[in-house]
Amino acid sequence: MAPFRWPVLFGIFLFVLLSAFSSKPVTAQENPYFVAYDHYLEEPGNLEIEYFSTFGTQRGGNDFHSFWTEFEYGATGWWTAEFYLEGQTTFHDSTIFTGFRWENRFRPLKHEHFINPVFYVEYENKNGADKIMKEGEGHDVESDFLVSNAEARRERIHEIELKLILSSTFKGWNFTQNTLAAKNLSNSPWEFGYALGASRPLALKASAKRCTVCPQNFVAGAEMYGGLGDRHSFGLHDTSHYLAPVLAWNIPSGWTLRISPGFGLNDNSHRFLLRWGVSREINGFGSMVSRLFGGRR
Amino acid sequence: MKARAAALAVCIFFLVASIALAQSRECSKPPAGRTPKYDPAIYEELQKAPEKARKRPNPLENDPDAVAAGTILFAQHCAECHGDSAEGTRKAPSLRVREVQTATPGTLFWLLTNGVVRKKMPVWSKLPEPQRWQLVRYIKSLGGPPRAAESPAPKP
Repeated sequence: MAPFRWPVLFGIFLFVLLSAFSSKPVTAQENPYFVAYDHYLEEPGNLEIEYFSTFGTQRGGNDFHSFWTEFEYGATGWWTAEFYLEGQTTFHDSTIFTGFRWENRFRPLKHEHFINPVFYVEYENKNGADKIMKEGEGHDVESDFLVSNAEARRERIHEIELKLILSSTFKGWNFTQNTLAAKNLSNSPWEFGYALGASRPLALKASAKRCTVCPQNFVAGAEMYGGLGDRHSFGLHDTSHYLAPVLAWNIPSGWTLRISPGFGLNDNSHRFLLRWGVSREINGFGSMVSRLFGGRR
Repeated sequence: MKARAAALAVCIFFLVASIALAQSRECSKPPAGRTPKYDPAIYEELQKAPEKARKRPNPLENDPDAVAAGTILFAQHCAECHGDSAEGTRKAPSLRVREVQTATPGTLFWLLTNGVVRKKMPVWSKLPEPQRWQLVRYIKSLGGPPRAAESPAPKP
């Protein structure tokens, strides 16, 4: 096995292992988005482990399957931190580990408001073969993915990404708008992007009986995202944009399943993306680790 | 090479943590027969509810299924911190105390909606409004005067 594959595979293995050892399951009320963020942070002390995949078509080249594992931890009520491991397989080419990300989200306001801001700061250490498409930014277009993995992975990318998340919940609907600014630390201009999302549970009232396939356990909606150019050429030209229906199923056993077929909206976009993911929340992870080292939380 | 070493370190951390999870999953509960004590100040958050929020009636007050649905929601989202019977744990206070039981439904709804973010109580507005009212019905159904052991510790 190529040495760069094991971290991603080991991440998936840990996902299963941690889930198996988890304490009492808790039903997460997760949003269905893959790219957009709402203003809800992870509950303090909880760890959510998530595995996501994206299958993408590629005109003039090989289709790909990218995948990433996220470890999302609620550090406090106002701060959530996430660590990502990511990789991809390009068909008829190779499978490679593409890098990691360290993400933080901060909620500045104590109370719920009609519009709730969240600040997002992320550091990315990845190579040029990254294909998880976790955001739309700058002039990223489909043809960027035509480069072979061997060549693309030679490029090393250290990037800082900032987002302003503005999210609102009204009559069961969540509406969110993310504005993105990203800077490759190797003297590249600031790049910009956006993501919009709207979603709603299929039923607002909970059933009086325990059930797995109840409407209230499903959250459906749509998200739209894309690039907005860079500091020198801000705008929609030479950018890609996607529209994707999204669906999440919050299973009472503690698992959440998500699926989203995405469609490119212009000629610079991949025609079709199919995303899916599975996640599980582990309650009281912080307390357990603290006790392991003699603490008492 | 550095990235690989960092990934290895993270993997080892999570491996150790997973073993710890298995060993300590029962440790978060207080010892049998003992109920954790709380500073009464923790309940002062209820006093911060605006007047308008306090006066909001529960639209599901007469819904015969609300308590049953609230019981399930409580087990799914709240019991981990507040205890299976809302008696409180080391993480979060009892909801059976007088301060909570005498609060208006609107006050409890306001607290659920806004959380107490600085004190680890999450914002629960991600639960749709009717589900929050169902939770309020359940919490109020615990009612009655609290047992002595469940009262908060008096102020020194």
